[in-house]
Amino acid sequence: MLIIKGLSMSFNKGTDNELRLFDGLNLEIEKNRCTALIGPNGCGKSTLLNLIAGSIKLDQGQIILDGEEITKLKEEERANLLGRVYQNPYMGVSPSLTILENMALADKKGERFTLKRLIRKKNIDRYREILRELNLGLENKLHTKVKYLSGGQRQSLSLIMATMKHPSLLLLDEHTAALDPKTSDLVMKKTKELIEKHAITTIMISHNLKDALEYSDRIIMLNRGNIILDRRSKDITEDQLMEIYRKKLEMVA
Amino acid sequence: MDIADLTVEGSFPFGAFIFAKLVTSGLNPIASTLLSFLFGTLAGLLTAILFTKLKIKPLLSGILTMTILYSVNLKTNGKANIPLFSHASIYDLGPIMITLIIIALIIKVTLDSFLKTEIGYLLIATGDNESLVKSLGKNSNNYKILGLMLANGLVALSGALMAQYQGFVDITMGSSIIVVALASIIIGDTIGKKSNRIKNTSKAIMGAIIYKIIGGIAIDLGLEPSDLKAVSAIIVIAFLSYNNLFSQLLDIKRIRGGEKYADNKRPVNELQ
Repeated sequence: MLIIKGLSMSFNKGTDNELRLFDGLNLEIEKNRCTALIGPNGCGKSTLLNLIAGSIKLDQGQIILDGEEITKLKEEERANLLGRVYQNPYMGVSPSLTILENMALADKKGERFTLKRLIRKKNIDRYREILRELNLGLENKLHTKVKYLSGGQRQSLSLIMATMKHPSLLLLDEHTAALDPKTSDLVMKKTKELIEKHAITTIMISHNLKDALEYSDRIIMLNRGNIILDRRSKDITEDQLMEIYRKKLEMVA
Repeated sequence: MDIADLTVEGSFPFGAFIFAKLVTSGLNPIASTLLSFLFGTLAGLLTAILFTKLKIKPLLSGILTMTILYSVNLKTNGKANIPLFSHASIYDLGPIMITLIIIALIIKVTLDSFLKTEIGYLLIATGDNESLVKSLGKNSNNYKILGLMLANGLVALSGALMAQYQGFVDITMGSSIIVVALASIIIGDTIGKKSNRIKNTSKAIMGAIIYKIIGGIAIDLGLEPSDLKAVSAIIVIAFLSYNNLFSQLLDIKRIRGGEKYADNKRPVNELQ
């Protein structure tokens, strides 16, 4: 479970352009559930993920993951507990390395890197097995460099790499936004399969309301750093959500 | 890494000057050459600290270290030019050509096997995609430091080998060495572009040899040895501009097929 207590954060602190985004935000994300974050541009979705991951520093507040306070941990220290998939499919992989090399790197996550050989023969079959579950034929392309894969294949690999060590929390930052609709559907389905199979607590940002509803257990709408809607996904339809989205945004605009 | 590390202009003569200091003090040439590698790593470490810890831009960090090394090089022996003809050298061990080939092979094989290790792959990944390294729970700055130390160690080692080959060290021997290195890498990179089989280390070695052959041809054609610097710069310009212009041509094609094409169509549709 992720608990965020009294989170405050401003951009351009101490200048005339200071912009206070979060002012004492409280939020609890339940274990083994997928929570979708939606909201207009600039509402703080991505910033919230960056704050959780430690890519941006918070001004005040606490972040507690599975009972452990991680507020003071550096980005790379938090990374051991988190998995993250970005919008850009190149962000989660090393493009000049092969699929096998990328998998082996992800498999060492959180461990000490030494002068032993990275690729161990005994692990290859296990990687192949994991890739086979994706059903994209990647298991037969182990020695292909990742830059020669399609966007969907690359993003599916990022997803596998981010979840390989079963992180306490998975952050999906619009990870299907750069893909065409068909590939996006496929990657979303694979995502759902993966997080259900390994029971991974997930926060997902989506601009696609339909996807956000269909693939999440709970839906949270943010606007200017405030939670303006928090519902079970099954208790609300896409039309209702659209209606609320429009109304709330008109109200503040 | 996407950094033009100008430290090399200083660490190349640095390796040579350290070698000269050690060998004239009576140390044997093999140990002196190896120690010049270690001193070179220190030069890399300085640049790396400047840009990872003090947040100075990488290019400027390199220039600053290079400038410091210029004074350091003059200080080590107290003069700008030291003859080494009368001292022992690594080439006394056997024919120069064979000695050099063996040294190059040892370095290549060591480097190749290092790049196959867990740390080696992190080094590659740092140059490729820093955010991946962070997501693996590692501080990517440590690997930038490692990379720069390794690279400058090797450059200093080359400086020491060069000093023994030419029989003297000179304060200007490092000038525009970065262009020579760039030319070698760029030429090497064009070899077997489509194949995964040729290792990058082999490409770099072949590139350096081809570069020297081009230089030799240039002199055969009647150019002065002093013109070679311009020649190496022109080689770099030619290869880089070829790559840039070539990719730009492809871009223009894409634009024609895409947005611009659609934009131009709109008024026509309106008229109809």
